[in-house]
Amino acid sequence: MTIKLGVPSKGRLMDKTFEWFGARGISLARSGSEREYAGVVEGIDGVSLVLLSAGEIPRELAAGRIHLGVTGTDLVHEKLALWDQSVLQVAELGFGHADLIIAVPQGWTDVDTLHDLDAAAAAFRVHHGRRMRIATKYHRLVREFLRAAGVAEYALVDSQGATEGTVANETAEAIADITSTGETLRANHLKILSDGLILRSQATLWKSRVAVLDPQKRKSLTDLLARL
Amino acid sequence: MTPTRAQTNALAATLRAGFEAAGAVAVEPPILQPADTLLDLYGEDIRARAYVTSDALRGEQMLRPDYTVPVVQMHMAHGADPARYTYAGEVFRRQERDPNRANEYVQVGYEIFEREDPAASDAEVFALIAKALAGLPVRATTGDIGVLMAVVGGLETSDLRKNALMRHIWRPRRFRALLDQFAGRAPVTAARRALLAGEVRSVAPLVGARRQHEIEARIEALKADAQVAPIAPRDVDLIEALLDISAPMPHALARLHDLSVDLPAIVPAVARVAARQAALEARGVDVNALVFEASYGRSSMEYYDGFVFGFRASERADLPPLATGGRYDALTRRLGAKLGDGREIPAVGGVMRPGVMLQLGAVP
Repeated sequence: MTIKLGVPSKGRLMDKTFEWFGARGISLARSGSEREYAGVVEGIDGVSLVLLSAGEIPRELAAGRIHLGVTGTDLVHEKLALWDQSVLQVAELGFGHADLIIAVPQGWTDVDTLHDLDAAAAAFRVHHGRRMRIATKYHRLVREFLRAAGVAEYALVDSQGATEGTVANETAEAIADITSTGETLRANHLKILSDGLILRSQATLWKSRVAVLDPQKRKSLTDLLARL
Repeated sequence: MTPTRAQTNALAATLRAGFEAAGAVAVEPPILQPADTLLDLYGEDIRARAYVTSDALRGEQMLRPDYTVPVVQMHMAHGADPARYTYAGEVFRRQERDPNRANEYVQVGYEIFEREDPAASDAEVFALIAKALAGLPVRATTGDIGVLMAVVGGLETSDLRKNALMRHIWRPRRFRALLDQFAGRAPVTAARRALLAGEVRSVAPLVGARRQHEIEARIEALKADAQVAPIAPRDVDLIEALLDISAPMPHALARLHDLSVDLPAIVPAVARVAARQAALEARGVDVNALVFEASYGRSSMEYYDGFVFGFRASERADLPPLATGGRYDALTRRLGAKLGDGREIPAVGGVMRPGVMLQLGAVP
């Protein structure tokens, strides 16, 4: 039996992960056609490759269905309530850098900090008769961050993509999303709050704390970790 | 030993029968509650505490995290005045941090809606619950959020500052940060200085539903507020002295009387504490054994705006409180405003957890 390594199934994150392992003498590749979600591992024994959506890797690690997995810090922290009890960080891979931040319209010249956001949100509620909406897909992280900061009168609205556009479309007044260069934020006339950094994220290799290991698998895992 | 469901239900039935004997009408609100009312009241935080479910017909609903809101709504829709209610049943609490905390447990409650004599109603709820817990190794703590609210209301400062502090009464850290800022103890940020000097401009088009006039209104308010003198150090010290009070009720009351010499705004609120102490004594409660903590309930009991209390196991810090409660006039005001007719009714109540009582050795 082999240990299972979960890797994002497409795009830059997959390519960079393959490169990262390749630099350590372990070749990962997709088997067969471009469309087939199966993989091959060469250069080490006892390891099989599982291609998954990056968003599902935290759950698979926490369930112990994969032994190792590559995904962003943001997704692990968002999706696993007690993440440090179910996964262990093995290595930061040095790519896929992204910050989870809170951004508001650049035109809000009166809002620079979370304190301003809270005050503006209270006034907004009085004026509009509803809570200020923040669009995000990181509900738990944003809620915990804002609670710790004492920001109260807001509502989260779910946005699974094109979040920066929700403000101009008036389906939200502010957003909480990941950004790497800030280019998309600027293009959508948004700015980051000066104390609005929720989390710094990058692609990270995680080890499941719960996946079962027989002696053979344990040896494969030790061998693999020694190579990394 | 974890009690069985049957034992818990049996004790719950006994407790509810006791409340019925005290004059309460038994009610059974539905488990599924419309999410929008709870979200409007408690904000996004409720999603971290309550399970949300949905269907295509009614949209989002929540598994009741407590009975307070449905009981108030029911009372406001067609309740007698005054009225007393009791209920027993499961509540559901989402848990994201501590796997040892129950996400489903039985609550038994007693709620009074009465305008005439709030001190007597406060004492009635407390004494009934204390009696139901008699014989168990528990310790009660009380407080009164209304005293702190009275201090804030009486501060010599702008309405903008008072409103901001009042909004954050239930969030101690934010309250503290605001107080420091309004007292001139926290530095003004460079961004704020630039804003006040009129040096902050944006060339980007304004996007979103918050309009230019709202932004300008806030800037004007901030400019006006920058001219207001800082809250006096003496007032900050008095607030700290108030929040530090933690003593047997008669001693705490003596200190509140002392403070009210310098803080005349709290005189009516302190009189309410005194009236409550007398009402508790009249009901046979030993107030010398009752702790009064001025900051009690601030971080966990939003919308409680007067008397607050809780009973915990004296030797078992690991157990959740056996009973909690308080006065929530602000909640009925908020719900009344939502109904559109501005109705409000003074309300006080408490809930007990028979499951925890059994863990402490209560006999079903």
